Amino acid sequence: MAQLEMSFENIEQQQATSRFGMWVFLATEMLFFGALLLGYCIYRIEYPNAFAAGSEHLNLKLGTINTAILLSSSLTVALGLRAIQLGRTRSLVYFLAATILLGSVFLGVKGTEYFLEYKDGFVPGASFVYSSPSPGIDPHHVEMFFLFYFILTSVHALHMAIGLGVFSVLLVRSCRHRYSAQDHEAIECAGLYWHFVDIVWIFLYPLLYLMGR
Amino acid sequence: MSTLAPAPEAEKRHGPNRNYLNAGYTVRSWLLSTDHKRVAILYLVAVTLFFFVGGAAAVLFRIHLLTPGGLLVQPETYNKLFTAHGLVMVFFFLIPSIPAVLGNFLVPLMIGAKDMAFPRLNLASWYIFMAGGTLMIFATVFGGVDTGWTFYTPYSSMFSNSNVMLAALGVFVAGFSSILTGLNFVVTIHKMRAPGLTWFRLPLFIWAIYATGIIMLLGTPVLTMALALVGIERILRIGIFDPALGGDPLLFQHLFWFYSHPAVYIMVLPSMGVVTEIVACFCRKRIFGYGFIAVSSLAIASVGFLVWGHHMFVSGQSMYGGMVFSFLSFLVAIPSAIKVFNWTATLHRGSVSLRTPMLYALGFIGLFTMGGCTGLMLAAMGVDIHVTGTYFVVAHFHYIMVGGAVMGYLGGIHFWWPKMTGRLYSERWSVLSAILIFIGFNLTFFPQFVLGYLGMPRRYYAYPEQFQVLNVLSSAGASILGGGYLLPFSYLLWSLKYGPRAGRNPWPATGLEWKTQSPPETENFVVTPVVDEEAYAYHLLKESELGTA
Repeated sequence: MAQLEMSFENIEQQQATSRFGMWVFLATEMLFFGALLLGYCIYRIEYPNAFAAGSEHLNLKLGTINTAILLSSSLTVALGLRAIQLGRTRSLVYFLAATILLGSVFLGVKGTEYFLEYKDGFVPGASFVYSSPSPGIDPHHVEMFFLFYFILTSVHALHMAIGLGVFSVLLVRSCRHRYSAQDHEAIECAGLYWHFVDIVWIFLYPLLYLMGR
Repeated sequence: MSTLAPAPEAEKRHGPNRNYLNAGYTVRSWLLSTDHKRVAILYLVAVTLFFFVGGAAAVLFRIHLLTPGGLLVQPETYNKLFTAHGLVMVFFFLIPSIPAVLGNFLVPLMIGAKDMAFPRLNLASWYIFMAGGTLMIFATVFGGVDTGWTFYTPYSSMFSNSNVMLAALGVFVAGFSSILTGLNFVVTIHKMRAPGLTWFRLPLFIWAIYATGIIMLLGTPVLTMALALVGIERILRIGIFDPALGGDPLLFQHLFWFYSHPAVYIMVLPSMGVVTEIVACFCRKRIFGYGFIAVSSLAIASVGFLVWGHHMFVSGQSMYGGMVFSFLSFLVAIPSAIKVFNWTATLHRGSVSLRTPMLYALGFIGLFTMGGCTGLMLAAMGVDIHVTGTYFVVAHFHYIMVGGAVMGYLGGIHFWWPKMTGRLYSERWSVLSAILIFIGFNLTFFPQFVLGYLGMPRRYYAYPEQFQVLNVLSSAGASILGGGYLLPFSYLLWSLKYGPRAGRNPWPATGLEWKTQSPPETENFVVTPVVDEEAYAYHLLKESELGTA
């Protein structure tokens, strides 16, 4: 049974509070990404050709595979939650492990993409190399595209890494049978967070990879 | 108001024997305490410190401005002084002052809860705040920052050779503390209310803190990201905001003011909540227009998010955008005025007693009204263009932030001091300081309205000779104001040891916090209170209690 913290009257109140807290936290998170996405969209509108030219150099294949992987990881989280709601601790362990695996593969693929972009000289800064195919495209604006690309995806990846850390703790605890059909708030809250990170990617993928192709 | 045991006889004879203050005396028991009341005291100590640091910078540049050519410092140092004053006062005093000190202390007590929803997070937010504050003190005292508190680009990101990164990092870090505090308030108020304490029975201070929490949650992340982008541009020298590199400086201003205008409401909404509590108590009346005051807090919080463009009338934003922002800025005056009218209506035929908290509350109502009305002048684009970047603007926002927020904060501290410490302070000294602060404040800032209207620009280290009289008046006022602020610091500390013991309810006031012992015990309530009536039921207090305030 879950431990009742001193500040609460009963366990139901405590669980409802942590769930509500996570929703409120996600509202804040939305504004974090919102500010960045606003900046990106404004420059995308201001420099459509340069941003489209930059976007062409992203690895669409890896990005698409990653999208599929991340969506699947959201599915495994949802299945894990369903399993523990039905009291199936063993299934929860499997689904959490699958989530961590999928999330790690996503980060691995993302890392590979970063490496390829680094090799091609697309990392903004001193090492940025871009020879413009047409005079209408300013390399500075392409660099700006890549800057936003790296900021957005790395902030997203940071959220993924935090999520993976949380799921690792949950995995260990669920191996020790900490969760039950009555007590699984932690799984639900972590799941909410993970779905949010997933939804952010659903915005990032078309904005960065698909638009202008 | 609620089913609570009366004060035990033993407590009356021997004083409270067990409370949150004597629960532990070690440093560890304070620094690792998750008790919301102890966290509030930690914040109180911290913001007092930051207040005097920010105040010291103001003292220095007010001395400097005594003569037209400047008296004290080099122009570069002058820039660093007003930047330090702005940064420290805004981010490390005004924003955390009422929410993190009074809010932390009172929210659980007022709603009949044992603690905040997330007590560990609450303590963590203090540590994050202190980390940010340390960075900021380091940045402003050692080397200094010269961008002004607004960090306008591209000066901040490409040109300034001062500690911009460190200062921005300080604000960045403190932002997370603000977000976590806001989250804790919103969740606590939603989920932790005592049985029977419905939304429309809540004290209006709680409504104000709730609205404040929402602004903290939704505004702060945007500032945080804007400053992160400034940092990235400064390090990588790749255009984000610098027009020479294809960036857009207006984008920075939009992101900055999207937070920093609502931040004004983070400062003043809690003050309005405090004033509401005080006015009802010292008029011995139920508050006039409870529902209007409650909903106007939410209206200010939501409309307040849509007015940021009035800081940018001359920046080159679209004229039509400016017109919309101007209209919306006029609109936000309506809920603010609703509050002022309701306080005034509460005063009408109330048995008003001019105790210290009430003096601050009345001061707030007058000064906030002046700040608000000059705000309307600034919301009109034609007038704004005339006085943009002048002392008129400086005077206007000080009437809101100091005349409003700080008066409310001090009123609140004086109102709840007996509850927080269990001691009464000297009424004579506190009345004197309230009067000194009111006089000093007006003498400091009223001349600045005139100066600004005559065309004296802000942030200049020197000025033409014809402005000297008004500047000297302002500096003289500042010295009175400074003295007025030092007084409470002294007599409140004095009261900790020598003040007479306060009972449970010295004023006496309604509200759950006054049903606990003073100072409250660690768990706040022995038995969870059950609320069966509205807030401010002063009309139901017994005859004997009515005249004693």
